[in-house]
Amino acid sequence: MSTVDVASRPVRSVKLQSERASTALSLGLVTTYLTLIVGLPIAALVFESLNGGWAGFWEAVSSPEAVGALKLTLWTSIAVALLNAVLGTVTAWVLVRDSFRGKTLVNAIIDLPFALPTIVAGLTLLALYGPQSPVGINVAFTTTSIVLAMLFVTLPFVVRTVQPVLLELDQELEQAAKSLGASNWQTFRRVVFPNVLPGILSGVALAFAKAVGEFGSLVIITGNLPYKTQVSSVFIFSRIESGDRAGAAAVAVVLLAISFALLLSIGAIRHYATRHDRD
Amino acid sequence: MTSLLRRIGLRVIALGYLIVILVAPLALVFYRTFEDGIGPAWDALSTPETVNAFKLTLIITAIAVPLNTIFGIACGLAIVRRRFRGKGVVNALVDLPLALSPVVVGLSLFLLYGLDGWFGWLGDQGIQILFSLPAMVIATIFVSLPFVAREVVPTLREIGDEQEQAARTLGANSRQTFWRITLPAIRWAVIYGVVLTTARCLGEYGAVAVVSGRLQGETETATLRVEERYESFDLAGAYAISIVLALIAVLVLVAMTAIKPKEEAA
Repeated sequence: MSTVDVASRPVRSVKLQSERASTALSLGLVTTYLTLIVGLPIAALVFESLNGGWAGFWEAVSSPEAVGALKLTLWTSIAVALLNAVLGTVTAWVLVRDSFRGKTLVNAIIDLPFALPTIVAGLTLLALYGPQSPVGINVAFTTTSIVLAMLFVTLPFVVRTVQPVLLELDQELEQAAKSLGASNWQTFRRVVFPNVLPGILSGVALAFAKAVGEFGSLVIITGNLPYKTQVSSVFIFSRIESGDRAGAAAVAVVLLAISFALLLSIGAIRHYATRHDRD
Repeated sequence: MTSLLRRIGLRVIALGYLIVILVAPLALVFYRTFEDGIGPAWDALSTPETVNAFKLTLIITAIAVPLNTIFGIACGLAIVRRRFRGKGVVNALVDLPLALSPVVVGLSLFLLYGLDGWFGWLGDQGIQILFSLPAMVIATIFVSLPFVAREVVPTLREIGDEQEQAARTLGANSRQTFWRITLPAIRWAVIYGVVLTTARCLGEYGAVAVVSGRLQGETETATLRVEERYESFDLAGAYAISIVLALIAVLVLVAMTAIKPKEEAA
């Protein structure tokens, strides 16, 4: 509390009281909105998944189809996260350190996957890499198509978390390393990389979360073949349509747990990255 | 020489990646849509079902964006300027839609508002939520919830509360302080957040697909219509709607590019 408030308290106690009330009111509205929109639906989901007890949950989540879908989701998402770590960092590097005509345009395009509806993303990928491909590449209804669609929708994450770090990085550090005899690779590994690592990691975590939950871009291009191209989100959707609420809810809770775990780790990474800025 | 080669090499990798993943597929759909001139695309877009789908998308967006904007500002202020118990929970719930599958969002609402859900009694009172506009609006609000709040929070932290305190010392009440000091200072962050929210609302597919029931001409949004056209072997129709959505996405990009420097300068 500031000294200002203390000094004026005797004079403005009534006013302050009404202001406290309005603060409490806005806080109440924020929490009510959040509870109604996010909290209650999530609670209903967890409740439904445990409707048949722990055994019921386990039975639903360990059915071969559910396990197959979860496994497929996890390993494609891991592949996508790793590809993003490399290609996203390279893209961020080129956007910050390189200069060429049209760079502003390229920089703007990075955000397109965010602004473009995912169903449109799937449709456009199918046009070029599907049965009617003009370049003769057909990966429709294969795991490659899953990775391709996930790469499309996760494109901005690593680029946008690494870019600001590279922009702020003092290039004198790199020059100092080089003048002391470090090679380009050594300079990157010892000076640049440790600085951008937290950015890469939080971008990768966001991309992984997005990939695990991705649905719209996968519906059309993967063909929804159980055990082969059916990822968890598509599995959940088909279970809802066939009326198997327990099966849908069980896998959905697993995805929910993954989301929370990723958010927690992103928070931890951010905490670690800003450790020098705090007292 | 080698450093030049390396630079060109990295540039080729980055640009090649963007072209393969992003630019080439979109360019092809653009070409396919207008292959036979603008006529077929226009015909596909002007069917009553498609017009209705776009209308519905706009209605949902027009409800969800203002609500999430007000919430985002209030929530950002609460997170940065207030101390209260349960702030960690609020923070986690606000971020959740960023990391959660839209299908899981849809399923959660489906279970909450379904016949034997906790809010199932609303249906007995004649208040239709599921498979109609309210559920679609709630689903869209859920998935687009974080964007204004997440833009406002860092800006509020950065500007600090000295100006606000100065205004209070000079006798302004909290409402005056908000409208004259706080809001003008964060306005570009709010506008940027609104642009992101709008893009997310217009493009939402998974959550709405679960709760809408997909009645043609009634609960079919533009994105649902794209899939319906594709499933009905009307590629031209699916492409035409996709191109309109892609053009909106490009407008969003233009707005983002124009606003970002102002937000950072503020």
